[in-house]
Amino acid sequence: MSPASALLDVRDLVVRYGSFVAVDHVSFDLAAGETLALVGPSGCGKSSTAAAVLQLHRPDGGEVWFDGRELTALDERALRPLRPAMQPVFQDPYGSLSPRCRIRDAVAEPLRVQGRWDRMAGPARVAELLDLVGLDPAYGDRRPHELSGGQCQRAGIARALAGDPRLLVLDEPVSALDPSLRAGVLNLLADLQERLGLGYLFICHDMAVVRHFSDRVVEMRDGRIVDER
Amino acid sequence: MHPADPLLSVRDLRIAIGPVDAVRGLSFDVRDGEVLAIVGESGAGKSLTARALLGMLPRGATAAGSARLRGETELVGARRQVYAGLWGRRIALVPQDALSALSPVHAVGDQLAAAVRSVRRVSRKEARARAVAALEQVGIADAGRRARAYPHEFSGGMRQRAVIAMAMINEPELVVADEPTTALDPGTQRHVLELLARRREETGASLVLVTHDLAAVEEHADRMLVMYAGRAVESGPVDEVFARPRAPYTAGLLASLPPDLSPALPSAEPLPGRARGGPVAGRRLPSIAGAPPTLAELLPGCAFAPRCPLARRAEPAEPAEPAEPAEPAELADDDRCRTELPEPQRLGDGEREVACHRWSELPDRPAELFLENV
Ligand SMILES: Nc1ncnc2c1ncn2[C@@H]1O[C@H](COP(=O)(O)OP(=O)(O)OP(=O)(O)O)[C@@H](O)[C@H]1O
Ligand code: SF4
Ligand SMILES: [Mg+2]
Repeated sequence: MSPASALLDVRDLVVRYGSFVAVDHVSFDLAAGETLALVGPSGCGKSSTAAAVLQLHRPDGGEVWFDGRELTALDERALRPLRPAMQPVFQDPYGSLSPRCRIRDAVAEPLRVQGRWDRMAGPARVAELLDLVGLDPAYGDRRPHELSGGQCQRAGIARALAGDPRLLVLDEPVSALDPSLRAGVLNLLADLQERLGLGYLFICHDMAVVRHFSDRVVEMRDGRIVDER
Repeated sequence: MHPADPLLSVRDLRIAIGPVDAVRGLSFDVRDGEVLAIVGESGAGKSLTARALLGMLPRGATAAGSARLRGETELVGARRQVYAGLWGRRIALVPQDALSALSPVHAVGDQLAAAVRSVRRVSRKEARARAVAALEQVGIADAGRRARAYPHEFSGGMRQRAVIAMAMINEPELVVADEPTTALDPGTQRHVLELLARRREETGASLVLVTHDLAAVEEHADRMLVMYAGRAVESGPVDEVFARPRAPYTAGLLASLPPDLSPALPSAEPLPGRARGGPVAGRRLPSIAGAPPTLAELLPGCAFAPRCPLARRAEPAEPAEPAEPAEPAELADDDRCRTELPEPQRLGDGEREVACHRWSELPDRPAELFLENV
């Protein structure tokens, strides 16, 4: 069993691409309401770690426990209903939303997956989520390429929040936003964390943002954790 | 053509997309050999402006106004053949998404060589040699072998270097880079920007750099143009704008930076009531209250008015008793933010421009205006 207090417990995680070891026995945990920053140079394994935590890329070794369940022991079918509770927010504003899908359908998707879509209340919930990230709900009709980079990135955040997540894996989530919106979205994330006890695994290169936003910092190099503070 | 004409002169540029006026009267110059940064609000029309200059607007968008290259070549409304003669040799784009700039089905070196031959009558062999040299110039090791690789075989950073090589290979006069590093791995961003700046210097081109990275602006740009809701709110030399923003929106933008981002930025001063890290409650950053405007529903007056702390301060206080109506003239003056579009005006020697009715009322430490939602 995973320690009761940890929302996320990662033990001896290993990710290999062919003979290249991208993540080499990485272990850390994350409590509800906590922000853990993952930092390190380009190619050090941060994003591979994030993908393996979310089971977007199945790890080659180790265990990932989320909310008391061992994700690494579940098959795709068993994982599916859990996915909305652990959501990624990616750096690439256009790459993270399906290009053909209207914004409101993309935001509604986690609700549909959970079987929580309600034809009456659903659209209002989507509008509320868009509003929360500072996007006029009218943008819901558009497709990603009809939005600016920053508008697209905010739609991605709205989508991640739709399924009432417990864990967000934030991979450079504000890179495409202007500094004021960036501050606004970081403030929003801090509010939600305070109110709902979300856990954040935060991948970011901007040390000023990391220092400001994180409780603990884990530094990776060549696939390993080299420092924790 | 006149020798005094700036390289690029944009006047009253307007871009409509469907029913929305996304760019609403934008004017700026790009001088020879300078780096002009365009910064500002997400959705302000920076990318549409960049694309309009390259004749690459999305479907359904129309541009009006003028953008002249060296006073003679009109870019707005130019026909495709005109652009085809300009692309690469006079103006070039470095887009955010490198994959969109490279063909997936041709080797990178072949694409570069084809670009050379589209402009110069040189042998295949020579074009090939130039392509390899161009990859070397952007720091791609083992360029001879790499030239035979396809874009998908490159890492993100290498691909963006290749796009820069492509943009620079025919030594254009003007390079427009739209967030050239946003999609890149963090560690690579700085290198790619430095490379872009170095290649610009070596070729003597002018660079328009659209970015949200104010540290990069400080490091690489000579002048900056700040946009909000399809208009310029402020422009001027980078160090002057950072040291003393004149438009309330610019002040809010600088105040929103996390502390200790850069010692030269005014926001690096410790601000009252602002803890660093620690408990969540101390983690709020100053930001501009309210949401960006929806362009379809812009009210008359300044687009920033609903969020502007100066406009709020200027609002006539609720009269305690409905007796004395205010002087009509005074009322009109107080309401200007809501009724009259502020036009850019020159300050001092003309290096700075600001479009704000109340710029002179901005306090010395304007960041304090944005602390209320910390
Ligand atoms: N293809 C399109 N169809 C409809 N609207 C569009 C399209 N492209 C852009 N827009 C709208 O035009 C406005 C300006 O967009 P633009 O991409 O120029 O913004 P930007 O300043 O580059 O923002 P960001 O900093 O977020 O990239 C936005 O409101 C956007 O939603
Ligand atoms: S014109 Fe008025 S509303 Fe606009 S920025 Fe200036 S003070 Fe604020
Ligand atoms: Mg853009």
